[in-house]
Amino acid sequence: MEVPFWNKEIETLDRASLEKIQLERLREALVWAFRTPFYSKKLSQAGIKTSDDIKGLEDLRRIPFTVKDDLRRSFPKGLLSVDMSEVVRVHSSSGTTGIPTVIYFSRDDVDRWTDLIARCIVATGASSRDIFQNMMTYGLFTGGLGLHYGAERVGMTVIPISGGNTKRQLQVMKDFQTTALHITPSYLLHIHSQLQAEGIDLADLSLSRALIGAEPHSENTRRKIEDLLQIQAFNSYGLSELNGPGVAFECVYRQDMHVWEDAYIVEIIDPDTGENIEDGQEGEIVLTNLIREAAPILRYRTRDLAFLHAEPCPCGRTHRRLSRIRGRTDDMLIIGGVNVFPSQIEERIMKIPEVATNYQIHVDKKGALDRLTVKVEIYPKLFLGEASKLEALRQHIKEEVRSSIVINPVIELHEPGSLPVSEGKAKRVVDERPKE
Amino acid sequence: MAKQLTIFVENRSGRLKSISENLQQSNIDIRAFTIQDKGDYGLLKLIVDRPDEAYLALADLGCACALKDILAISVPDQPGNFHRLTSALAGHNINVIDAYGFVLQPHHTGVCCMEIDQPQLMKAEEIVTEAGFQVLQDEELYSL
Repeated sequence: MEVPFWNKEIETLDRASLEKIQLERLREALVWAFRTPFYSKKLSQAGIKTSDDIKGLEDLRRIPFTVKDDLRRSFPKGLLSVDMSEVVRVHSSSGTTGIPTVIYFSRDDVDRWTDLIARCIVATGASSRDIFQNMMTYGLFTGGLGLHYGAERVGMTVIPISGGNTKRQLQVMKDFQTTALHITPSYLLHIHSQLQAEGIDLADLSLSRALIGAEPHSENTRRKIEDLLQIQAFNSYGLSELNGPGVAFECVYRQDMHVWEDAYIVEIIDPDTGENIEDGQEGEIVLTNLIREAAPILRYRTRDLAFLHAEPCPCGRTHRRLSRIRGRTDDMLIIGGVNVFPSQIEERIMKIPEVATNYQIHVDKKGALDRLTVKVEIYPKLFLGEASKLEALRQHIKEEVRSSIVINPVIELHEPGSLPVSEGKAKRVVDERPKE
Repeated sequence: MAKQLTIFVENRSGRLKSISENLQQSNIDIRAFTIQDKGDYGLLKLIVDRPDEAYLALADLGCACALKDILAISVPDQPGNFHRLTSALAGHNINVIDAYGFVLQPHHTGVCCMEIDQPQLMKAEEIVTEAGFQVLQDEELYSL
């Protein structure tokens, strides 16, 4: 397989040299961090007086974790390390819990981030020859603009269409013969059902690859996307606290995502004890941003669960690979006393061909007991018009889910396209149990 | 053989309307219909004048629907005839998955539509014909 590189030297750098860069940049990041009200206090409380206190990478562990609530409490300027006049970009999270979080970029920060995104794009095999339809939301959310800048740097033909307005998306795909998409997996599956509804033949389009992200999804969902749309789908990982998309991206081998370790220090910890876990074992991802001066973030607890691959990737990159996100420490549902991650359910139902592209997990109370309902849409092409087959399907889904999570779910079958799809991040889990 | 159009419909208000609306827009004439209720959903079964067109109209909308061969049997509207029919099928161990009947006025022609498992379908057609019933083909059924 041809393995394209954006910056081969850095991407294939030996471990020792990579760690040398990490240490240099970590010290610099500490200098930036000391300029912020939040970290100057936090670091001195931990006994770190200057960046010189970090002598080796092992000293990273002396730095306390940063959590989402720290960012909320520091809103709006507690993490700002430069004068506002040096800030060229602000991104902010929507603040689903009420208080938003914000990050700032200097001109150099945008430049470094853009270069990383270019690296991600090229790693997937995309190039300046691609027509790139960027269907991720533009605006305060980092997904749209992040990829936009990187794609321009690669020299792709960028269509900055943003998310939503599906009919227009399809028209643009046809008019410009789009070859590459950047999109959430749930929206891409919705796009597929709309292509069918509009009677648009894949042969009339030129789609060849999709960069998917912003939503955890299973390997089976990826396969489904690839089968239905006859494209290659590349998983990605990022979060605005760590610049946005491009923290980790799949290469042409599509065997999990390379974390760009010259830009981020990645750790996996036990979410209960905070202790570091060795490669190959699942835990919470902790990331340190080495390339953002204006709003430094050290040892950020992402609440995402994954593991690092211990063995190297056949592509030759030395940057370690992160598994797909296997759940969140905070999206875990406790149903009838059993811990359930929505991803466990998704993994099972998405491998069933008769199940279409959308699903919803619904939890409520029936009397004193928790009740789990999994709502799935049936796939029209495999509908044979027989009630007995549908009931067998219902039973099959039920057994698949039960064998994975040990809870007996209620399975509801729904019409194709009937479950709510937000044209962006899908609302997969609805928990209607009364709080407390 | 006659064709039945089966449509997966969720059991909530407005769903039947969206289907009837689209059939109306395609100017489809409905000869007969029934709903097999399965709780949270139902299967709407239709005999229409142009089944292929109706199927495509609904499939284009993204509906889960299917065309299926069924036995449409002409049963004169007199006491005992339905029993004769069921006896003939039972005598050969043919299982009926679902069935519904209607009577066409003014000729008092009874029509019994039967869904039979695919492997038994041809055999059932022979048995019913041997028992003296007329199995209606597509065109005959719609032009009654």
